[in-house]
Amino acid sequence: MGWFSKFLTSSLGQKVVMSLTGLFLIVFLVVHLAGNLQLLADDGGRSFNEYAHFMTHSPLIKTISYLLYAFILLHAFQGWALWRKNRLARGAQPYAVHRLRAVNTNPRIASRMGWIGTVIFVFILVHMYQFWFKMKIGDIGVVRYDGQEVKDLYTLVATTYQNLGFVLFYVVSMVVIGAHLWHGFQSSFQTLGINHSKYSPLIHFLGKLYAIVIPLGFALIPIVFFVKHA
Amino acid sequence: MKQLDGHIPPGPLKEKWTTYRSTMPLVAPNNKLRLDIIVVGTGLAGASAAASLAELGYNVKVFTFHDSPRRAHSIAAQGGINAAKNYKNDGDSVWRLFYDTIKGGDYRSREANVYRLAEVSANIIDQAVAQGVPFAREYGGYLDNRSFGGVQVKRTFYARGQTGQQLLLGAYQALSRQVSLGKVELYHRHEMLDVVLVDGKARGIIARNLLTGELERHAAHAVVLATGGYGNVFYLSTNAMNSNVTAAWRAVRRGAYMANPCFTQIHPTCIPQSGEYQSKLTLMSESLRNDGRVWVPKKVEDAEAIRKGLKTALDIPEEDRDYYLERMYPAFGNLVPRDVASRAAKRVCDEGRGVSPTGKAVFLDFATAIERYGQSKAHAFGIHQPDAATIRRLGEQVVEEKYGNLFEMYEKITGENPYKVPMKIYPAVHYTMGGLWVDYNLQTNIPGLFAIGECNFSDHGANRLGASALMQGLADGYFVLPYTIGVFLSNEIRTPRIATDLPEFEQTEQEVRTRLESLMQIGGSQSVESFHRRLGKIMWEYCGMARNAEGLRKGIQLIRELRKAFYKDVFIPGSMDEFNPELEKAHRVADFLELGELMCIDALHRNESCGGHFREEYQTEDGEALRNDEEYAYVAAWEWTDINQDPVLHKEPLVFENVELKTRSYK
Amino acid sequence: MKLTLKVWRQQGPNDKGGFATYQVEANEHMSFLEMLDVLNQQLIEKKEEPVAFDHDCREGICGACSMVINGQPHGPMQKTTTCQLHMRHFKDGDTIYIEPFRAQAFPVVKDLVVDRSAFDRIIQAGGYISVDTGQAQDGNAILIPKETASEAFDAATCIGCGACVAACPNASAMLFVSAKISHLALLPQGKIEASRRVQRMVKQMDEEGFGRCSNVTACEAECPKGISVSHIARMNREFLKSVFGAPEAV
Repeated sequence: MGWFSKFLTSSLGQKVVMSLTGLFLIVFLVVHLAGNLQLLADDGGRSFNEYAHFMTHSPLIKTISYLLYAFILLHAFQGWALWRKNRLARGAQPYAVHRLRAVNTNPRIASRMGWIGTVIFVFILVHMYQFWFKMKIGDIGVVRYDGQEVKDLYTLVATTYQNLGFVLFYVVSMVVIGAHLWHGFQSSFQTLGINHSKYSPLIHFLGKLYAIVIPLGFALIPIVFFVKHA
Repeated sequence: MKQLDGHIPPGPLKEKWTTYRSTMPLVAPNNKLRLDIIVVGTGLAGASAAASLAELGYNVKVFTFHDSPRRAHSIAAQGGINAAKNYKNDGDSVWRLFYDTIKGGDYRSREANVYRLAEVSANIIDQAVAQGVPFAREYGGYLDNRSFGGVQVKRTFYARGQTGQQLLLGAYQALSRQVSLGKVELYHRHEMLDVVLVDGKARGIIARNLLTGELERHAAHAVVLATGGYGNVFYLSTNAMNSNVTAAWRAVRRGAYMANPCFTQIHPTCIPQSGEYQSKLTLMSESLRNDGRVWVPKKVEDAEAIRKGLKTALDIPEEDRDYYLERMYPAFGNLVPRDVASRAAKRVCDEGRGVSPTGKAVFLDFATAIERYGQSKAHAFGIHQPDAATIRRLGEQVVEEKYGNLFEMYEKITGENPYKVPMKIYPAVHYTMGGLWVDYNLQTNIPGLFAIGECNFSDHGANRLGASALMQGLADGYFVLPYTIGVFLSNEIRTPRIATDLPEFEQTEQEVRTRLESLMQIGGSQSVESFHRRLGKIMWEYCGMARNAEGLRKGIQLIRELRKAFYKDVFIPGSMDEFNPELEKAHRVADFLELGELMCIDALHRNESCGGHFREEYQTEDGEALRNDEEYAYVAAWEWTDINQDPVLHKEPLVFENVELKTRSYK
Repeated sequence: MKLTLKVWRQQGPNDKGGFATYQVEANEHMSFLEMLDVLNQQLIEKKEEPVAFDHDCREGICGACSMVINGQPHGPMQKTTTCQLHMRHFKDGDTIYIEPFRAQAFPVVKDLVVDRSAFDRIIQAGGYISVDTGQAQDGNAILIPKETASEAFDAATCIGCGACVAACPNASAMLFVSAKISHLALLPQGKIEASRRVQRMVKQMDEEGFGRCSNVTACEAECPKGISVSHIARMNREFLKSVFGAPEAV
């Protein structure tokens, strides 16, 4: 297994880890959004609460969720390690003037993935504290559907999103995630060596579409709640 | 004067190399491991030789003054490399390549060497392909060829316009492989400043570590110089800024002979000088003359108006233009050989009809070609009676397909759009056929000192054909020297490692140190660059495209005066013990100041015109070169004596047993 | 035109270095390096030390020139080396910042001169095809599709100047390394060693202290030969193929 650890610590191996964990998180976002959109269903939160109950009780989902936490941490830690390495490689003396030009990417985003990622990491911490942590152990009300007791996450969400501060925080965070995806989506393909004159334009297009649609979908939820209840 | 012996093996021309190669003394593999070789220079010749010698088992030390071996100026060669492969089924053969080269060299090169060059040419292509050189291919996957000036077959292999780069990278990679295997020690940013002779044999060099200024002694059983040509003696040339003669010249100062130093190739299509500040000239491919028409205004007044910016080329009506190449050489027109085209351009500019602000440029006009191509393309598209704008647009498209990258480069440098206004071109120094005298083994007259590539004089006579420089550099490095160096080294297998604490090393190092110190101590007020520029002007004026006895004598006088001024008033900032590019330059210019005089002396002694050497006194009634085979069919090898004495001439007669000496005509 | 130059001056690798300001009179026909020649001539006349900079062929192919002009390696024009950059792209009265190529793996030698021998060591690690002189078969015995030869050439056109490293926010050398890996991996002659080559070259690249690629593509934008980042993708493929496909001992 020496070869595998050597691979993981090589520059290209580190990048592959970033790419694969990133792609996993990209897929997760779709699932997450699909589930969350049930918040907008007009049934007093029943479908969402049942969904949340299922998600926290299915052994398969549980396993996947641990994988998810691990990947978020791995992606963040590896990203931090790369950022450090890259800063070192850049050298102690910065350019007095530096104009960044790029092809086919937004260099301002691409060169700041570390910082953008840090903001996202903070967002994830807050987000998990607000919902996941409270759901797990915190004080959260319960509702009964057909005789079964289910934690009422819906109400927690609804209450949270009546606070304008939180709504803004979520919307801004979604913009930041959009920026991260704007570069990260196509970048993860490039790192895996998937670059083809015929198909890459499609990947780039899908990446940009994804970076707009998914965060927009997420951002809609707090906005709708705020507008509906305020 | 003594008669020199080229040690050409006996036997029929076609069998000389094969027989010689099979019967020459060899060095056994275990003995190779005990022999050290120094290679100076990492261009095509140096890198290929160092790699090949290391592959054979010799211990090689290789030196370059660049930061990397890959920067050598071979990298800038554009057009291609010749090889007698006959892939095109057009009747090419080793004999034809040999004959073209001998004739192109105006019968001033050795038959045996040139034949060997033609023989190994095919192997070079194979070797380069195996190394991964991405030569141009046809749709079927086979190697593509194109045609080059002066020959009637397609034998030039190419990799877009960067053939030299790709071949050099191939050799560099082969060299890098030997470095990684520990067979080659690479010294970058090291400049050879002297060769060390022990008991009359070359046994090492003194090199300066350019980063620290430290002088280092390096010993070996043999020393190979692959240090390129000396075209920069003219200051302005197509050579790289750092190309210099120092390594070769230091060998001359130690007794090596300099052969035919006056044979310089002037390339007719270069972008002209735009001002006094200019540092170098850029070549535009010869292929442009296929479609471009060369002209200047008939009237001096028009030329003056253009120079002052009052008129442009487009203001000169057709009847006031002089398409002088077409007028003077109707048979070949704009496609006369390089030397002829260059001299004609000089002639019309000397008449005051030059067209750039400096007065030294002629037009290369594509309007006729654009018109012709446009008409034919319009016809192909079925456009009847096309208007002028359509013709122009279509014509420009065709020209762009053919020469787009060259036009782009021209525009980048001059800021003028060559589709709209004619290009301006002027001849420039490009290559030096002369160099260190070597025998058939590529060994100089100093035992153990070898010279390969442009650094030696051997294969191109008085004029080199296009796409042959790459061929010669690689032939020497891959396929000739690795064999012939064995002839010398087979007698050295009992010689132990050469120690660098021998008194000869100490003394040579001291001499180098003294020389550098004396340069530093001058403490004058003029920059090295300014002397180099002045030397260039003298050389160009009196030993350039056309020379005459009076001018050459004057040139010699002026160079001597300039040399005196240099040693009195040059200023070199900084110190010896640090990275000091000005000191490097000063040392090189000091050597150019001696070489320049020798070039004039050689040009003065050669009372004939041949190839790149045109003596105005020796021309036919129509102003063509007049060779004198009776008296000058020899190699002039000059022995250095003393700065205040004339060099001694040694002759190596050129014997032509296989080709008949003829006069070239392009009328 | 009158220009104000802010030139990085640094005595040696251990000196701290800093900017010096010079006024220079140039004209639009000069190349950027000729403008610096004028400056150096001025300095020498004042008996000051001229600005050291690497340069050689001055026709855009040797890869020696290495300076960052107003924050861009080789200056504002794309696909143009410093030596081919002409002053007509600047205006009278401009202030121009001139700095060396900066990266931990390219230590400054003096002023604008940097040490790029890391590139040589990467090539030595495996950037070649192992063929001895004389072993080769006939050139036409290996058929290579025109498009493949052309793509290999596009990678092989790299001049080894290091602008990619200088431009990259991470000082990554992946465009340089991948250009060689891609050039050789595309050709049938080079495929034989492709696995070993990519592993060795990547290892050497890492050891030299270059950064990691984050696909910013500034390298391609600043490459004077316009080498595409698609070669980096090919390197990544070759690497994965080698790590997961080839036997361990490479």
